[in-house]
Amino acid sequence: MLPPEVFVVTEQVQGQLTPVSFELLGAAKKLAEEMGGASISCVLLGADIRDLGEDLASHGADKVYLAEDQRLALYQNEYYALFLTKFFKKQQPEVVLWGATAISGELAATVAARLETGLSAHCSDLHLNEEGLLVQVVPAFGGKVLGDILCPSRRPQMATVKTGIFSSLSKGEGAGEIIYEDTSILDGCSPLLKTLKVTKEKDRDTSLKEAAVVVGGGWGVGSGENWTLLERLSSLLGGAVGCTRPALDEGWTNGEHTMIGTSGITIKPKVYIGIGISGAIHHLVGIKDAEMIISINKDAKAPILSFSDYGVVADFKKVLPGLIEKIEELS
Amino acid sequence: MKERRILVCIKPVPDPEHYDKIGIDPASKTLVRSGIPAVINPNDKNAIEAALEIREYWGGIVELVSMAPPDAEEKLREGLAMGADKAYLLSDRSFAGSDTLATARVLAAGIAKIGSFDLVITGSESADGGTTNVSPQLGEMLGLPHVCNVESITPQNEEQWQLNVKIEEGYLKVEGPTPMVVGVNDKINTPRYTTVMGIMEAEDKEVVIWSAADLEIDNDKVGLTGSPTQPGDLHEPKLQRAGKLLEGEPEVVVDKLIRLLRQAGVLNA
Ligand SMILES: Cc1cc2nc3c(=O)[nH]c(=O)nc-3n(C[C@H](O)[C@H](O)[C@H](O)COP(=O)(O)OP(=O)(O)OC[C@H]3O[C@@H](n4cnc5c(N)ncnc54)[C@H](O)[C@@H]3O)c2cc1C
Ligand SMILES: Nc1ncnc2c1ncn2[C@@H]1O[C@H](COP(=O)(O)O)[C@@H](O)[C@H]1O
Repeated sequence: MLPPEVFVVTEQVQGQLTPVSFELLGAAKKLAEEMGGASISCVLLGADIRDLGEDLASHGADKVYLAEDQRLALYQNEYYALFLTKFFKKQQPEVVLWGATAISGELAATVAARLETGLSAHCSDLHLNEEGLLVQVVPAFGGKVLGDILCPSRRPQMATVKTGIFSSLSKGEGAGEIIYEDTSILDGCSPLLKTLKVTKEKDRDTSLKEAAVVVGGGWGVGSGENWTLLERLSSLLGGAVGCTRPALDEGWTNGEHTMIGTSGITIKPKVYIGIGISGAIHHLVGIKDAEMIISINKDAKAPILSFSDYGVVADFKKVLPGLIEKIEELS
Repeated sequence: MKERRILVCIKPVPDPEHYDKIGIDPASKTLVRSGIPAVINPNDKNAIEAALEIREYWGGIVELVSMAPPDAEEKLREGLAMGADKAYLLSDRSFAGSDTLATARVLAAGIAKIGSFDLVITGSESADGGTTNVSPQLGEMLGLPHVCNVESITPQNEEQWQLNVKIEEGYLKVEGPTPMVVGVNDKINTPRYTTVMGIMEAEDKEVVIWSAADLEIDNDKVGLTGSPTQPGDLHEPKLQRAGKLLEGEPEVVVDKLIRLLRQAGVLNA
């Protein structure tokens, strides 16, 4: 019998691999170890993707299957789903992991429907149970509750994973084999829906995900002018600024990629400093893995205080200027 | 000009404003969610609004479809009060426990029975389960092209529509013919409020209720039996921390903060 294989569907947008692609290899490695040594395979669709394939091969993938075809240059749901459905029918994997991104999430749901198998979405953890089934831990009610999902009888067991949950493997872990797949199945398909183009907004700012210190601002910050205090503090600490939904809606922030929580990003900084944030579950799920949480809230009853390691009950305007000044003096 | 027929899939969910109150009963390990009112899934109000705007532009009718227990009729009336013309409630004990695939099957069976249409609009994401699976899977079950995370819908002509799709990196511009299934996001519009007039008019609008038998749907294709995924244990993530308060005058607090930042290794000065 062949050794079991964990499959990962990696993704590229305009010739760039997305961060979750590498993190999925990290997740696959964890599962492969739990399986007692499975191999890690990934599949990538696109045009001119040899370099990307090699990048994946040097980041922990044992096998990199490439579907290289001009018709796959942009994400086309019908082409992509057609290819992957056939590919997985041939490969018959036990486990397939996908990114919980707009593109891969939609694609995974499409392929799951065609394979008539299960798909759990936005998993926050994955592990095997005693029977060797994949336990897919999904958030419900904004993350207040976590539920285990199993797919006992259909295969593959498929799950999507958000960016920022698993760590990528470092470069140099393995040198996988590159395998080109036949894409002639696309010849018989003329997609009804066509992706005409991708408009990239300025390159995504990844500093927030990597920052050791994140200063988070909420509705209590009160104005764009006050917001500059948060920016000042974070830049002194070499950190980044994140926000809650109301702060985003007010337009004080640097764009929606800085929103932390259920509908936003997940971060794991050394220190998170939450300012004017009440501590709703939708926000907390995004910061719960911070090593230290400090919060400043003027309301002693604000829930965030009990979800923090340290809390300050005060108007932040009375604390931040002094803190900033002190750090400036010190540096 | 051809009139449009637009179907909108809506789902009642426990009000997301109250999710902090949801928990797990330690003894029975089941969900505690009593007293939390149901609302139309917020994102589905964007779907209704998008449909109403298309109707205002092109003319036509807007009909709501929901798979839910019988008491969801009240939520469908709320959608009718926003301005939709008619509603279908797909309700049967055998639907309970449906995962996304089984839900998509039931919705597709209901939509097939409704007949011809130009567009099915759904939300992209529900607030309770939040899988984002149902919209694409419904498209698959109907054998139609589908696209979700849609932030604007622009009709090009009678049959051709252009969609702006939000992705993490920016946008995709997608084009295709109707009929199709479109999942909209919450940026596409601001849903209108219901008016007293709307609520009164909704009382006279029709809500059709269909069971599994009406849909001629196979019992083992729906509900928990027809679902490839099966729920296991529930947990509550541990969020509580020490919550130690830093007290004193602002200068004292600042010194304590400085000490903490040093201790955490993020302030070297
Ligand atoms: C489906 C869904 C998804 C969501 N996803 C997200 C998400 O991903 N991320 C997210 O953040 N939210 C999300 N939300 C919104 C979330 O439920 C909360 O509404 C939001 O997190 C609250 O933000 P806040 O703490 O900034 O504002 P508020 O709850 O209004 O809290 C403001 C706080 O500031 C304090 N304050 C006021 N003035 C001062 C001052 N001068 N000094 C100090 N403190 C002060 C107040 O005491 C209060 O505690 C989502 C909601 C839904 C329904
Ligand atoms: N039971 C249901 N009845 C009607 N529509 C639904 C149902 N479940 C999901 N949907 C639709 O599918 C969208 C995505 O839901 P989900 O996949 O659960 O995140 C929702 O916004 C609804 O438009």
